[in-house]
Amino acid sequence: MPARPKNRMLLVKLTALAAAMFVFAIFVLPPLYDLFCEITGIGGKTDGAYTAVAVEVDTSRDIEVQFVATNNATMPWDFYPIEERVIVHPGESRAVAFYAHNRTGQDMLGQAIPNVLPNNAADYFHKTECFCFNNQPLAAGESAELDLVFIVDPDLPASVNTVTLSYTMFDITDRTAVQVSQVQ
Amino acid sequence: MAHGPATLADGWGKYISRWVFTTNHKDIGTLYLWFSFAMFIMGGAFAMIIRAELFQPGMQLIKPEFFNQMTTMHGLVMVFGAIMPAFVGLANWLIPMMIGAPDMALPRMNNLSFWILPFAFAILTSTLFMEGGGPNFGWTFYAPLSTTYAPDTVNYFIFGVHIMGASSIMGSINIIATVMNMRAPGMTYMKMPLFVWTWVITAFLLVAVMPVLAGAVTMMLMDINFGTSFFDAAGGGDPVLFQHVFWFFGHPEVYIIILPAFGVVSQIIPTFSRKPLFGYSSMVYATAAIAFLSFVVWAHHMFTVGMPIAGELYFMYATMLIAVPTGVKVFNWITTMYRGSLTFETPMLFSIAFVILFTFGGFTGMMLSIAAADMQYHDTYFVVAHFHYVMVAGAVFSGTAAVYYWLPKWCGKMYNETMGKVQFWIAFIGFNITFMPQHFLGLAGMPRRYADYGLQFADWNMVSSIGAFMYGGAQILFLFNVIRTIGWGKPTDDPQVWEGAEGLEWTLPTPAPYHTFATPPEVK
Ligand code: HEM
Ligand SMILES: [Cu+2]
Repeated sequence: MPARPKNRMLLVKLTALAAAMFVFAIFVLPPLYDLFCEITGIGGKTDGAYTAVAVEVDTSRDIEVQFVATNNATMPWDFYPIEERVIVHPGESRAVAFYAHNRTGQDMLGQAIPNVLPNNAADYFHKTECFCFNNQPLAAGESAELDLVFIVDPDLPASVNTVTLSYTMFDITDRTAVQVSQVQ
Repeated sequence: MAHGPATLADGWGKYISRWVFTTNHKDIGTLYLWFSFAMFIMGGAFAMIIRAELFQPGMQLIKPEFFNQMTTMHGLVMVFGAIMPAFVGLANWLIPMMIGAPDMALPRMNNLSFWILPFAFAILTSTLFMEGGGPNFGWTFYAPLSTTYAPDTVNYFIFGVHIMGASSIMGSINIIATVMNMRAPGMTYMKMPLFVWTWVITAFLLVAVMPVLAGAVTMMLMDINFGTSFFDAAGGGDPVLFQHVFWFFGHPEVYIIILPAFGVVSQIIPTFSRKPLFGYSSMVYATAAIAFLSFVVWAHHMFTVGMPIAGELYFMYATMLIAVPTGVKVFNWITTMYRGSLTFETPMLFSIAFVILFTFGGFTGMMLSIAAADMQYHDTYFVVAHFHYVMVAGAVFSGTAAVYYWLPKWCGKMYNETMGKVQFWIAFIGFNITFMPQHFLGLAGMPRRYADYGLQFADWNMVSSIGAFMYGGAQILFLFNVIRTIGWGKPTDDPQVWEGAEGLEWTLPTPAPYHTFATPPEVK
């Protein structure tokens, strides 16, 4: 082949490679990262809503579950667990609650993001009901009890005796102004 | 002068349109080199502001907000504006002459890839004068600093990064096409000069990772303006993902910066040792190995984000592995010099300094690659010292060496050797005074990227600032020497210029004519 068409061919191929890498960065890397974290349990990300299956409650084990609540950055709410720790048996369903109070004079919308430690417990901590599945609208001065129902899986690794569930509350009022009006 | 390039004698209009519309690889190489030097001066001015503020503890000259903009802009301008375009400029000038090609493979794209660059940096720099100020989140622009907490001008920054990414990708495609399709008959791959080899490999790295950088800033753009949450935990995203994407680009990027520098010293050291390069093929394979490994070590920049132990160990060992091919290269350079009949002209001085100081920077890299130790070193001045040893004493020294080495070939005039040597010694001493103490500061716990520091760090910071002003002064001398050479240097027409120089570019007349190798040379 003479040089000119050969150069064109190469130009097309290399541009395609560059385009493929761009697509890879935006559409492949982020899902891959999430998948990796999910499979390995790294990052303490928990799954979505869990449908309880009938399992035997393992009364021989006591698992301490600790709750931590944090406000992100400038979030002005009062936000804390009503019980800081509970003892459960694996397989047993347990309901607890968090308290949230919007101290400002402004209607706000919050979103809680969960995280479980140790990492290898994340896959065995199931939430059948959680306020974190939705965002939390609180009118000015309003307070609420936020419900959580969870089950610790009987397959929880034997080395784990304490599980810490932490929530970070983000202020998403500005971002989803449309959603706020829908929720109210 | 029917077919020659327009000169000033033809009037300003013709002269300017020559440069704007040129598709000649030598013209475009020159444009890249001057642009890069201008950016080097600007980035250097930012560095002087940083070091002036850090001369003493307390806030003297500038506000902390502006300090943050200075560190960010210094890094961005030096990496993307000074070092990368400098090597693209060298590639444009030299690759066609080294492989016996008449020009670059895609000359019009070549023009475009240069001329969008000044716009990218004009946009980036203009943010400094806008309300809210320029980018202030560090050259690594970690989210959420660069998204949720970014100044409003961040969209200009993103646009600028997109343009310079496009420029680099076009430049790289051009280099790959030139090397693969335009070699003179007989110029087989394993006969190509090392500079050409290191550049093709670099070009492949660029085509692979610049789009990832573009992807990172695009995700930022969407998070900021279109309500997505790639990097925002509130919407289910993850800021740590940003670091993974960034460093997946960023680590290959540091090799993009250093590989062409390896190529340059691999040309210069044999010339002034009057011996062929020792271990040519091992050099080629080592370069390829480094390029490959650079894709699988990125998280050594993230040892402190809370990776699982298996990840820490993997990234630690993989990073240490890079020292093996790098060691091969250093060994070959030293062995090339061993028992050579050495002379110490300015390019050789810079090249030897490169070998010594780059190796030193490699050693501190090895220290940083120890995950357990990096918990202490991370984000301190020790890291700053490490990467300035590899990037300044590495890439910038080799770029300086390259300019002195090929300048006589380009313009047919000799530079002033004494002035070159004086510049070298000021630069060498100034560089070490600047950055050696930063190791001590880092080990003592001084964090990077702050406008102020504790009193216990005062002495070494003052020393470091003095060194920085010295090093900055050496660059003014450099500029002066280059301009003096082009204007008033001693004319020479010796094709070989240097006694020991080998390669096709040295068979051409001096100064190199505007069009070369219109008929390809025969390579035996
Ligand atoms: C044997 C070779 C090398 C090793 C083992 C190595 C290792 C490392 C490690 C572990 C870090 C992260 C330190 C931290 O943030 O805590 C680092 C940072 C860095 N290295 Fe190297 N490195 C090597 C060579 C190079 C070269 C050749 C370059 C560029 C020419 C380079 C440029 C950088 C830069 C720019 C950073 C800092 C990035 C930032 O956080 O701003 N390194 N290196
Ligand atoms: Cu790296």
